[in-house]
Amino acid sequence: MIPNQIASRADDASLSRRGFLITSAAIGGGLVLGLSLPLGGSDAAAAGEFAPNAFIRIGADGQIVLTMPYVEMGQGTYTSIPMLIAEELDVSLQQVKLDHAPPNEKLYVNPLLGVQATGNSNAMRGAWKLLRQAGATARIMLVEAAAKRWGVDATTCRAQEGEVIHVPTGRRLGYGELAAEAAKAPVPASVVLKSPDEFKLIGTPAKRLDTPSKVNGTAQYGIDARPPGVKFATLAQSPVTGGRVKSLDDAAARAVKGVRQIVRLDDAVAVVADHMGAAKKGMEALKIEWDDGPNAALATADIAKDLEQATLGAGAVAQSIGDADKAMAIAATKVEAIYQVPFLAHATMEPMNCTVHVRKDECEIWLGTQAIARVQAMAAKAAGLPTEKVIVHNHLIGGGFGRRLEADGAVRAVEIAKQVDGPVKVVWTREEDIQHDAYRPYWFDRISAGLDDQGRPVAWKNHFAGSSVIARWLPPGFKDGLDPDSTEGAIDLVYDFPNFHVEYSRVEPKGVATGFWRSVGPSHNVFVVESFIDEMAVAARQDPVAYRRALLGKAPRARAVLDLAAEKAGWGQPLPKGVGRGVSLQYAFGSYLAQVAEVEVAKDGAVRVRRVVCAMDCGTVVNPDTVQAQLQSGIIFGTTAALYGEITLKNGRVEQTNFDTYQMIRINEAPAIEVHVVRSSEPPGGMGETGTSGIVPAIANAIFAATGKRLRKMPADANALKQPV
Amino acid sequence: MAFTVTINGSPRSVDVDGDTPLLWVLRDVLGMTGTKFGCGMALCGACSVHIDGTSVRSCITTIDSIGDSKVTTIEAIGATPAGAKIQQAWLDHDVPQCGYCQSGQIMSASALLAGNAHPTDSDIDDAMSGNICRCGTYVRIREAIKLAAQLNGKAG
Repeated sequence: MIPNQIASRADDASLSRRGFLITSAAIGGGLVLGLSLPLGGSDAAAAGEFAPNAFIRIGADGQIVLTMPYVEMGQGTYTSIPMLIAEELDVSLQQVKLDHAPPNEKLYVNPLLGVQATGNSNAMRGAWKLLRQAGATARIMLVEAAAKRWGVDATTCRAQEGEVIHVPTGRRLGYGELAAEAAKAPVPASVVLKSPDEFKLIGTPAKRLDTPSKVNGTAQYGIDARPPGVKFATLAQSPVTGGRVKSLDDAAARAVKGVRQIVRLDDAVAVVADHMGAAKKGMEALKIEWDDGPNAALATADIAKDLEQATLGAGAVAQSIGDADKAMAIAATKVEAIYQVPFLAHATMEPMNCTVHVRKDECEIWLGTQAIARVQAMAAKAAGLPTEKVIVHNHLIGGGFGRRLEADGAVRAVEIAKQVDGPVKVVWTREEDIQHDAYRPYWFDRISAGLDDQGRPVAWKNHFAGSSVIARWLPPGFKDGLDPDSTEGAIDLVYDFPNFHVEYSRVEPKGVATGFWRSVGPSHNVFVVESFIDEMAVAARQDPVAYRRALLGKAPRARAVLDLAAEKAGWGQPLPKGVGRGVSLQYAFGSYLAQVAEVEVAKDGAVRVRRVVCAMDCGTVVNPDTVQAQLQSGIIFGTTAALYGEITLKNGRVEQTNFDTYQMIRINEAPAIEVHVVRSSEPPGGMGETGTSGIVPAIANAIFAATGKRLRKMPADANALKQPV
Repeated sequence: MAFTVTINGSPRSVDVDGDTPLLWVLRDVLGMTGTKFGCGMALCGACSVHIDGTSVRSCITTIDSIGDSKVTTIEAIGATPAGAKIQQAWLDHDVPQCGYCQSGQIMSASALLAGNAHPTDSDIDDAMSGNICRCGTYVRIREAIKLAAQLNGKAG
């Protein structure tokens, strides 16, 4: 049902992407620009076709094509977003075909980001009303077209499964037969949406529309693009950021059978060949000498030191309630800690790749991207072409996790393709992919709390330092030293703290690119907050669940998920020696989530996560199966980070290279996962990232429960957890 | 040098160096893109294919090592009894997320089921731990293999 690839259409050259940003919007308490997007009309409609807005096209043959403003990277958006439209359009999911949206920030802007992008778990939040309206508008126009044809009152007609039925007579007309007439009718200014009790699709477990192609090998990812005459290239970029190619001896590489061309850039070299096997062999035969540049001596510890230093000074105040200093001074007990989280690579299973054909006055690109308009704009700049001369074909994404919000791979491929005659597919080796990522930032937190004589928190102070990805990626989102992503999960906590003060210092690490990584700001903040509140419970000699619960008077939805997770996990029931339970609670991405991890620590310090029980309140559930799948997914992703995830630098170089040195959780290490969903009629919250941020502290807290050792620096270090012989 | 190998029942001739990994012959020379590149070092299993029914990593299997053996890829695994059951179970459980690793997962699972009609959890761990899924579909992979084994029982 998903086309292999779709040419971009209707590129809107007149639109400046930045011009569409509402830069003055107050951003805070969530990454929300608050755009109110009109349902723009589509320019792409062909004769006889009905396209009342940019998301729906109905052909005279009855074919319904839905254009997806968000891209599918595993999170199920190509099923849940069609459900919204199909619900109101009164068609079944089996009747629709899907199209990837072309770059067009006017029509396909993410209303919660202000740019055309898929990220921050906000697709459903942004689409919830808008795309139901899109479906309802089309349905009303089709019903009215039918009523007019029959000469009857529209209120005597109803839509069902792609047809309009005149109820008194039973006459029927398919949407296709009505398309041409509906297209001539005016678009209604407002529509009434179905009430939840009228939902036929929303809330039911829908089968994913993309599964069939993903089990028989026909699904097309960017790496599968094969424009006629394509050549295959791989590349070596300077191992140190800011380095350059000093000298190149390519004689042996040129002699490799199938190697066609060596492309030398200022800071990278590519080998172009008939196939990737020859390109890789050619690359191995190259002798490249690098000038490492100013970051030649860089090490992770230098970066951590800079961050630590920043937390000793003043930062930008992210949130301040009461007087934390005063309350701290008179507290009965003071708890203090330093927390650090490492750089992390995305390691998407589909390595970075991009296929480009640079022609005389235009450029054509094939890839899978979370941010197609960004790719178009940055590729145009690299190609020296106007934006509208860059055609971008989007594809299914073989893992995004934030990596494919970046356009660096497309820019690189354009730089190479400019020197190649014909299309060239640039595929990064796994080593190149891991060593030239835009990494989850390293963060350093200096945190403290004051407790009264009953152990209750009277003061909370946190000053953390790290990179602001928003400041680079979406500059208007960074204001007065703050951005809503870096602070999400560190402020606006569900807990009732009378005196609360949080500061953030933006420190950009030299020589390391940072980027969005699944669960973004909360990937760090939820770990710190939920680990530290565990420390406070210990200092207060109280049970971690009971301690949290007492602070949730103003957050009934948070309390409900905490209670449910604790109950289902058997919180408090005895466990064997060496096994512990840890809890975490978060409100992030518009959803409430509590997790209980059960962890076993062996004598040699090896950590095994045995079982994870979670309780979720994500508001209205659109596709319950997706909620289950995304929590399973997020939890595994976060477990990998908790147990193995760490990118380190030495001599300016990333030390990890492939899955042997940057390990992933495998099936034999995967915990049993139970997901319990709290029924809710609130608007939907985000789902795709919540499991990741919450599982890391749950594991760390469980390790403490099992061993008495507190992990304040991730990942878990087996050596530190080893029991003395 | 020219090599002729049997892929999905058909002889295919390619002119590449003998040390060229089968993966690139499949993907780039023959255009069979269902088999995926993940690591190039047999660490992730995304490139798994069958050679005479055994799951192998095509990224380290050189073309000159195949000889008369028969290569089966994701494009044809549905024609084998075990492959068909695995694919059906994958559909029933909606296993894939991003889906990129799933060709490899299905090839490993099909080889497991073909040789072991009722695998235990430990058998599944042994057969599948060479295949990484970054989306973490492991819970469903395990369930789907067990479902496919039940289909096995019914068929047998």
